[in-house]
Amino acid sequence: MYAFDIERPATVADAVAALSNEDAQALGGGQTLIPTLKARLASPEKLISLSGISEMQGMSSEGGALRIGGGTIHATVATEAAAIYPALAALASHIGDPAVRNRGTIGGSIANNDPAACYPAAALASGATIVTNSREIAADDYFQGMFTTALDEGEIVTAVSFPIPEKAHYEKFVQPASRFALVGVYVAKFADVVRVAVTGASNEGVHRWTAAEEALSANFSADALADLTVSADDLINDLHGSAEYRAHLVKVMTGRAVSKAK
Amino acid sequence: MPKDGGIGAATTRREDVRFLTGTGRYTDDIQTHAECAAIFARSTVANGIIKSIDTTAAAAMPGVLAIFTGEDFVEVGGNPAGWLINSRDGEPMKEPKRPVLAHGKVRHVGDAYAAVIAETVQQARDAAEMIEADIEELPAVVNMKDALAGDNFVHDEIGTNQCFDWGWIEDNRAATDEAIKNAHHVTTLELVNNRLVPNAMEPRCSIGSYHPGTGDYTLHTTSQNPHLTRLLISAFVMGIPENKLTVIAPDVGGGFGSKIYHYGEEALVLAAAKKLGRTVKWTADRSEAFLTDAHGRDHVTKIELAMDKDGNFLAFRTETHANVGAYLSNFATATPTFLHGTLMAGNYTVPLVYVNVKAVFTNTAPVDAYRGAGRPEATYSLERVIDMAAREIGRDPTDLRRQNFIKPDQYPYASAAGLEYDSGNYDALMDKMEEVSDKAGFAARRAESEAKGLLRGFGVNAYIEACGIAPSNLVGILGSRVGLYDAATVRVNATGNLSVMVGAHSHGQGHETVFPQVVAEMLGIDPMSIEIVHGDTSKIPFGMGTYGSRSLAVCGSAVVRATEKIINKAKKIAAHMLEAAEADIDFTDGEFSVAGTDKKVSFGEVALKAYIPHNFPLEDIEPGLEETAFYDPANFTYPSGAYCCEVEIDPETGKVRVDRMTAVDDFGNVINPMVVTGQVHGGLGQGIGQALLENTTYDENGQLLSASYMDYAMPRADDVPYYIVDHSQGNACTHNPLGVKGCGEAGAIGSPPTVVNAVIDAIQSGGMNVTHIDMPVSPHRVWAAMNNAK
Ligand SMILES: Cc1cc2nc3c(=O)[nH]c(=O)nc-3n(C[C@H](O)[C@H](O)[C@H](O)COP(=O)(O)OP(=O)(O)OC[C@H]3O[C@@H](n4cnc5c(N)ncnc54)[C@H](O)[C@@H]3O)c2cc1C
Repeated sequence: MYAFDIERPATVADAVAALSNEDAQALGGGQTLIPTLKARLASPEKLISLSGISEMQGMSSEGGALRIGGGTIHATVATEAAAIYPALAALASHIGDPAVRNRGTIGGSIANNDPAACYPAAALASGATIVTNSREIAADDYFQGMFTTALDEGEIVTAVSFPIPEKAHYEKFVQPASRFALVGVYVAKFADVVRVAVTGASNEGVHRWTAAEEALSANFSADALADLTVSADDLINDLHGSAEYRAHLVKVMTGRAVSKAK
Repeated sequence: MPKDGGIGAATTRREDVRFLTGTGRYTDDIQTHAECAAIFARSTVANGIIKSIDTTAAAAMPGVLAIFTGEDFVEVGGNPAGWLINSRDGEPMKEPKRPVLAHGKVRHVGDAYAAVIAETVQQARDAAEMIEADIEELPAVVNMKDALAGDNFVHDEIGTNQCFDWGWIEDNRAATDEAIKNAHHVTTLELVNNRLVPNAMEPRCSIGSYHPGTGDYTLHTTSQNPHLTRLLISAFVMGIPENKLTVIAPDVGGGFGSKIYHYGEEALVLAAAKKLGRTVKWTADRSEAFLTDAHGRDHVTKIELAMDKDGNFLAFRTETHANVGAYLSNFATATPTFLHGTLMAGNYTVPLVYVNVKAVFTNTAPVDAYRGAGRPEATYSLERVIDMAAREIGRDPTDLRRQNFIKPDQYPYASAAGLEYDSGNYDALMDKMEEVSDKAGFAARRAESEAKGLLRGFGVNAYIEACGIAPSNLVGILGSRVGLYDAATVRVNATGNLSVMVGAHSHGQGHETVFPQVVAEMLGIDPMSIEIVHGDTSKIPFGMGTYGSRSLAVCGSAVVRATEKIINKAKKIAAHMLEAAEADIDFTDGEFSVAGTDKKVSFGEVALKAYIPHNFPLEDIEPGLEETAFYDPANFTYPSGAYCCEVEIDPETGKVRVDRMTAVDDFGNVINPMVVTGQVHGGLGQGIGQALLENTTYDENGQLLSASYMDYAMPRADDVPYYIVDHSQGNACTHNPLGVKGCGEAGAIGSPPTVVNAVIDAIQSGGMNVTHIDMPVSPHRVWAAMNNAK
């Protein structure tokens, strides 16, 4: 780690102002950023901790959507969203270990957009809106490839607003070492449409599987996937699994997510 | 008196109180006044020529006290290999020098080429980044086959990447070849014993200090054997007189083999301490542990089993490539040879064994002994090929093993691989295993799994290992450059309590609890009045340390011998106190009495007398009550076991879950069954880790891909089942006074083949003809194997 200063503003406005300094970086739960700093892979001069901003904490439901403050930790979502959006709460309860869940935040996860992270799949499949200090971005426009998002320099994810589907489920097949998703599939069934988002699998990061969405919109059952195949092109090939294996898992996990959706 | 804490009592581990309450004292916890910090500059390439190292900018950084490079150690010796192995043609092994800091060339990612000493760790790290090293990257030698075929040498001066080409037993070679040629059935299996990173919870740490007034050096270090480290530093690496160097290994947070060896960082902190007259500390971070701790296993083996038409084993023949990495670590040459080849007859009456091992240098971290050291590799090869053979000839794997087992009336048994087994009963172990594992219920459990759409398999395994690593005579013949005995001093203090100084080192094994149980039993006193002192060369007589499941069998025996001497002397003192003849003194339950009278004195009274020798027969007995014994056993000890496990496989994903795991071991006599069970649990966890999860992967450039826990999968609690452990079938070791065999490695030796055998059984039950999958049997590999077999 290199030496840095830290600031802990109390409002989004103060945080935005502090982040306008180009050597400043936002600090959420630090579960990704701190290990990066420890390995001396990043050297921000100033960290702007978002954890003291009360307007970024907690959740509320309004008009069929669940709005979660960007500073909300995974453990809070795991418990407090359980009654309103159980599939999302279940996802949060399987991120990392208790230490990670009690520090890591939804805003940090969505901002980081790790290609194997869980929340991006939920946001994309739910058709969520990413709320920042300056605008609202549809999930379809927000995720732009691994570790890449629509966020501008210094822009803060203040909340994520999830439309609540009729049924949903996230099926995660863990990478044995990190226990991030080797392949994770989030299926969300709305009255008129089914959305399927895949994480862990692709070099392009989280993405929708539109062929499955069409098939499932017509017939919401695992059988509807029988004739579909997933191309291994552009899927990740690493020491934990080949592209072909990931392609296979995408279909298996999707089927299981459909069967378990509630 | 000791009945509630003596031999056989499941006493809870007294050391755990400090470990569990955060009051253990590990090397890094030691903080001295005026301490400074060392940080190493390490190679980021696997193979490269050091063209120049410019330290000017680094030296000008704040807080920097000194910078060392390989230049500074050209004059000092090299870190040697502890075993000399001769090739089949009689040529001694190739032994390139292992320097303190890389000089001329860097040979693996993580190879240290410079060290910065600064006031703080942070300053040293900052300065290390300013070292300008011009290193010309060369193609890396990673794969062992390529290493042997090519002319790109890890060590140019030896002109080959082959360290040795060893044959065991060379005289059996022709007969073995002949038996295999003529056999009714030969089963052939090629397999990989995957490379493992030891992952001790506590990373390595060393603190060097130097007293300019006396010229004394002190090294605090994370070691499993402080005397061995002292010997290596004194006699080979730095030439510091042995009596001017104290090596202290305080609480050590796990070693699994990786802390047996002397590493360059230890020499560096001593050299720096002398140069600066300051205490110099280095603590590895986790990344350094991945890159530089000696790794384990890494064998590629072809094994053949020849059988007659009735399934009698006729011969085993193996060809192994053993990766030794870039430099020879201290036991690197013993592990794939005498700790591996000599076990290649297993539990069987096979008449012929021939083992060929080629040790290969590569641009990877050094490889050395890791929990089991050679015996897991032998067991895995044998027990996989036997399982495969049984399936090929349509025999039940358990029955085929039983048919070929050495029988109880055949001991002592001279194995075809050159060892003499002293005791055992492998059928009894199998019987017990089948009973406690509820093998009979397997069919019903398989039906239940199948109803859930899962495949269930049953895997069985038998193992024998050689531990209690000793005896000096035998290991000397086999190439060891050190003796392998151990030592203990029993000091009875004036107030009657005891300090027992032992050469074994406890880094998780529970010696502080178990050794007192032995002494308490012998003396009839409270075990809590006995303290174990270990890990400090200035306090203990001598010791070869702890590895190879040797502590109780070898050092424990030294404790017994020293305690016997104490009893002998105490009897003399008691006889004097009771005004009786020594021959009439009876010692039971901590009291000395005169046979046929009611005259008696307690052990405590005798102790006091020894130190307050008023009216003492000084011409016959010296004051004091302290005795030392060195113990060098007659043979290895031979624990054995029968293991089984049941796995469930999800056929859609290939994910394997170990549902049941049973370990029935013959450890001889058991001093503390709870500690033994704990040792087995730990070994099983590591074995399951190797079988299912752990994999050290270098890419073709020699970059370590699995260099953190994000990519190196360690077993977690939910990866392992509830274990069924039984050690009721002990056959006492016949040649040590406690009749103990050693239990520290068994779990890691016996479990990997058990798991893989079960996986193959499960897949075959699904109608797929998969005969082998290399470890780790990851979901991806299982899925791919099943897919290919469809
Ligand atoms: C052991 C371990 C296991 C894990 N397992 C999983 C898993 O299974 N699934 C999973 O999805 N994740 C997993 N994670 C990641 C975890 O969820 C992180 O918490 C998350 O990815 C980052 O969130 P954070 O709040 O910690 O962000 P930080 O680490 O603080 O920041 C990450 C990045 O986001 C930026 N940032 C943070 N907050 C905001 C914000 N509100 N607006 C804009 N930018 C912001 C930071 O500047 C930084 O660039 C794991 C992490 C660890 C350490």
